[in-house]
Amino acid sequence: MRTTIRVDVSPSSASWPMYRALVGVGVLCGLLIVSVYLLTQPVIARNEAHALQQAVLEVLPGAVVSASFALTAEGGFRRAGDGDDPQRLVHAAYTSRGQLVGVAIEGRAMGYQDVIRILYGYAPQRQRVVGMRVLASRETPGLGDRIEKDPDFLANFTALDVTVTADGLSIEHPVQAVKQGAKSAPWEIDGISGATISSAAVAGILRASTAQWIPLVYRGRAVFVRSGAVNEGG
Amino acid sequence: MKGAEKAVPAISTDDFIKGLWRENPVFVQVLGMCPVLAVSNSAINALAMGLATSFVLVLSNTLVSLLRHGVPRQVRIATFILIIASFVTVVDYLIQAVSLELHRALGAFISLIVVNCLILGRAEAFASKQSVSRSFLDGLGMGLGFTLALLCLGAVREILGSGALFGVALFPAGFQPWTVMILPSGGFFTLGLWLLFFNYLRVRKPAVREAVPGGTP
Amino acid sequence: MSGESLWSIFLNASLVNNFVLAYFLGICPFLGVSGKLATATRMGAAVCFVMLVSSLCAYGIHRLLVAIEAPYLQLIAYIVVIASTVQLVEMFIRKMSPALFRALGIFLPLITTNCAILGLALFQTNKGYTLVQSLVYALGAGAGFTLALVLMAGIREKLELAAVPDAVQGTALTLMIAGILSLAFMGFAGLGA
Repeated sequence: MRTTIRVDVSPSSASWPMYRALVGVGVLCGLLIVSVYLLTQPVIARNEAHALQQAVLEVLPGAVVSASFALTAEGGFRRAGDGDDPQRLVHAAYTSRGQLVGVAIEGRAMGYQDVIRILYGYAPQRQRVVGMRVLASRETPGLGDRIEKDPDFLANFTALDVTVTADGLSIEHPVQAVKQGAKSAPWEIDGISGATISSAAVAGILRASTAQWIPLVYRGRAVFVRSGAVNEGG
Repeated sequence: MKGAEKAVPAISTDDFIKGLWRENPVFVQVLGMCPVLAVSNSAINALAMGLATSFVLVLSNTLVSLLRHGVPRQVRIATFILIIASFVTVVDYLIQAVSLELHRALGAFISLIVVNCLILGRAEAFASKQSVSRSFLDGLGMGLGFTLALLCLGAVREILGSGALFGVALFPAGFQPWTVMILPSGGFFTLGLWLLFFNYLRVRKPAVREAVPGGTP
Repeated sequence: MSGESLWSIFLNASLVNNFVLAYFLGICPFLGVSGKLATATRMGAAVCFVMLVSSLCAYGIHRLLVAIEAPYLQLIAYIVVIASTVQLVEMFIRKMSPALFRALGIFLPLITTNCAILGLALFQTNKGYTLVQSLVYALGAGAGFTLALVLMAGIREKLELAAVPDAVQGTALTLMIAGILSLAFMGFAGLGA
């Protein structure tokens, strides 16, 4: 804004048109923005809910409907309402007959380029991670982004062992990344050679996130199962 | 085209045409580089960004021209920025409503349309002085020129970098994509090459004219 | 997200995701002011300063807008408040320290509506950084911008006497160099992991 401002000789008479112009334009713009916001907001909210539902159903094969739950301060779960912190939400998914398929949990951490966000599905009955999807990443195309579509890598997450210890407080075998082809135990993740850091980052997210969430979800699993039955009844 | 009043210059198709080629905002005026480089990694992103910018450009040009007699020159820039920022916010919500995926791909660069020097530049240099219809045409022309330039970049980068155009694969399976083209450095290279091409045309033209006496340019 | 360490935020903003070479923010001053090394250094310092100020503003505005539940005003509020704050700071510096003003002041109006400044405000909001994290992010972004600008100016000063074909001169050549610099900066990827 390198404009020379000419000082008017009679400021009192000249300031009125300026106020009028600024306030007028401000009101006009305000009306425009608010009306567009009100018009588009329901559509945007629906789009977002739909995208989340798609992702949840994808990581929990066999499910057709999902519901969100929020972590309470006591470490239990309740049905999520508006205004719950998205970082404290998990999403339970059910079959058409209201049976619990599993719970989808989001995790995030720094990857090779930027933060990677993933969503993974956990089946409490089998105590396994049954699906994983990368929600957002800026990994190098052709190398790091293989964490999103490499079938061998994704196969790691169809039956990943996250059994909870007898006291229900931690995971018996924390998730571990190993070299490509070296996977020997059900809690290990085969890395991708050529995308070492990205695949290790995904394993790291899972390791941290499962350690934090799985014991909580496992102990609170009755809430999720009950909700499914209620849904069916209603 | 209807006739204009005496004092005001007549509307001409040139208001529209000049933005496409002779005064192309990207290749000739080198304006608004940030979005050009950042979202041109695929043709579809480039197209969406170009259209969003055109939308803001046309509407802000029109509104600025409509209000040109009511706004004192001291607060001119402030009102321009208010108007542009509002239209950008509107576009941001519209894109979110149409496609969340597209909104994620373009990210913060939709909001950054507001600091695209092209839009403020046109408002200041053209729309604040000209009639509504001329400003509208000017915005449309410049917007299309900008979209065209973005598409030039996006298409080259997607064809070489992913072996596809608008997501449709172009090459047989054996093609090894030049990944560098969709990385940030590919953006610099591609734009550099396009500018080089235009410079070459400009340098060459007078030379040709001298070589062929009486030849038409 | 707010668990990210400050050092990793700084590295990420300055090297891995350099504002100029990876996000393409602030290309205009990058192409315009990178001709002379001395100018580039001062410009970089001015950008660092404005980034810190605007990061502080953006944090405040975001908290306010969340409190009054008006997210749709974000963009307008950012650009208006940041622009006016920078103007105020400019006047303040001119009054308090003419020497500092001569060194940095002439760049301040140029920077106000720079996309790197608004980009920083938007990114830190999207990433949900706390106040301290935001300031470190701003510092990193400013340092990264300065680094890119100074590197570029150094190369361009050397190239001034080199014989290059007519068609390549000017912006085209600068963009090519920027591309190579950007390739080099890719080597920093993975530092923050």
